Amino acid sequence: MSNLSQQNVLTLDKVSVKAQGRQILKNISLTLKRGEIVTVVGPNGSGKSTLLKTIIGANQPSSGSMRHAKKIRIGYVPQKLHIDYTLPLTVRRFLSLPVKVSDSAVHEALQAAGAGHLCARQMSQLSGGQFQRVLLARALLCKPDLLLLDEATQGLDQPGSAEFYRQIEKLRQELDCAILMVSHELHVVMSASDRVICLNGHVCCEGAPEQVASAPQYQALFGSGTQGALALYRHEHTHSHDHLDKMPCGEECSHGRELS
Amino acid sequence: MSFLDDFFIRAVLAGIGVGLAAAPLGCFVVWRKMAYFGDATAHAAILGVAFSLAFEFHIFGGALVISLIMALLVSSLSEKGYSSDTLLGVMAHSTLAFGLVWVSLLSHVRVDLMSYLFGDILAVTRFDLMVVWLCAASCLSLLWWRWSSLLTVTVNSDLAYASGISPKREQLILSLALALVVAMAIKVVGVLLITSMLIIPASAARPLSNTPEKMAILAIVISALSVVLGLHFSYLFDTPSGPTIVCVATMFFLASAMYGALRRL
Repeated sequence: MSNLSQQNVLTLDKVSVKAQGRQILKNISLTLKRGEIVTVVGPNGSGKSTLLKTIIGANQPSSGSMRHAKKIRIGYVPQKLHIDYTLPLTVRRFLSLPVKVSDSAVHEALQAAGAGHLCARQMSQLSGGQFQRVLLARALLCKPDLLLLDEATQGLDQPGSAEFYRQIEKLRQELDCAILMVSHELHVVMSASDRVICLNGHVCCEGAPEQVASAPQYQALFGSGTQGALALYRHEHTHSHDHLDKMPCGEECSHGRELS
Repeated sequence: MSFLDDFFIRAVLAGIGVGLAAAPLGCFVVWRKMAYFGDATAHAAILGVAFSLAFEFHIFGGALVISLIMALLVSSLSEKGYSSDTLLGVMAHSTLAFGLVWVSLLSHVRVDLMSYLFGDILAVTRFDLMVVWLCAASCLSLLWWRWSSLLTVTVNSDLAYASGISPKREQLILSLALALVVAMAIKVVGVLLITSMLIIPASAARPLSNTPEKMAILAIVISALSVVLGLHFSYLFDTPSGPTIVCVATMFFLASAMYGALRRL
């Protein structure tokens, strides 16, 4: 972990979120400190995206409280974003929304995201991978205190994805920001994060990557062996995804207890 | 004698005033796919006209209030997930029908409903002109003030939330601007054609623009040209002014769409 200030950027205290009468998140408590990279893993429909949307304020908690440091800047890379043809928007203009940024900063951020040649292109004409790189550049540009990434590297090729995580690491060092990301790439989770939270409507388990990987709750969700990398694949293709009804982590699940 | 004494000059100035506000607002209507929303708000204005006639209210005031109520109602319904074409269609046409029936039941007034349905731009008074330009100025300042936030919400509401912008508040701003434009445009193009002044110049500007700002400015230019040419043709051929203006705007749209298609070949 960072040896810089250990100030809390964000604290969730027993936050529950309901949508259309369905409980999506239940009693989520978590704290993010400056300079910390935390990854959320969990099966489809486990509330990962909902958690990020609650943090940006798009979802209101039905109970519990959320506190963050005053005037923090939040960088957010959504899972999916569609820009319609009817809206003429160059990459350059998109990066200046809502706050104007200088040409040199734009150039630098696009270079860093491997999208330097896209500056004058229309957003609606970018390919999926190019679009994702531009979103990353935008997240880098806002110099956030808290960076939220919702499967930010999906659609990127392997070098692009690796370069992205190098940028994230650099950003953490330069800005001392807290980073919360949702990822399906378990090898990334294992190498890049300080802490992993295993989510399935509630916090199944959390802790350092190695601890979580060996925790029974995690293995119940993702299977065991091959450090979880293959297990994730198996999980996604052989289980039903309606986990809120039948918790696969079973009775012994340590709801929200941090592993020591 | 002043230059405003000429009814033709007043008509041109009123039309340009409407376009000044309607064209940039229309860009948001196009980007956010709110055309039906615009229809519902505009058609409700005829209910406002009936209300004003019944209670001897100024037409403009009645139309503004009813349009605003309608805009707020529709936007709160769409927020709750009711944004079906059907519901908007029901509201748009039922308010129009109830408004028309109500006006016909008012035995003490004899009005020419056609002038509210299709506008009566050649009968614009100095007072009307002042109202139009005041509304255009307030609508433009509103859009100018919120431009960056409105655009961010239009791109993606989650990105807006993350930047500390409330999509609900921006939707409210758009509803207010829409009600203002509807109220000021009744006299110029009439309730049935207001949506065309919103979306046709904006759509005509799209193939010629690469940023949102260029599209808004071009839409204003196209709208002003349509008003000047449309009034000129309506004088030459003795056709109704509002519809002629819309026809000219549509010609601009077709020309620009063809240009866009050719460029993409």
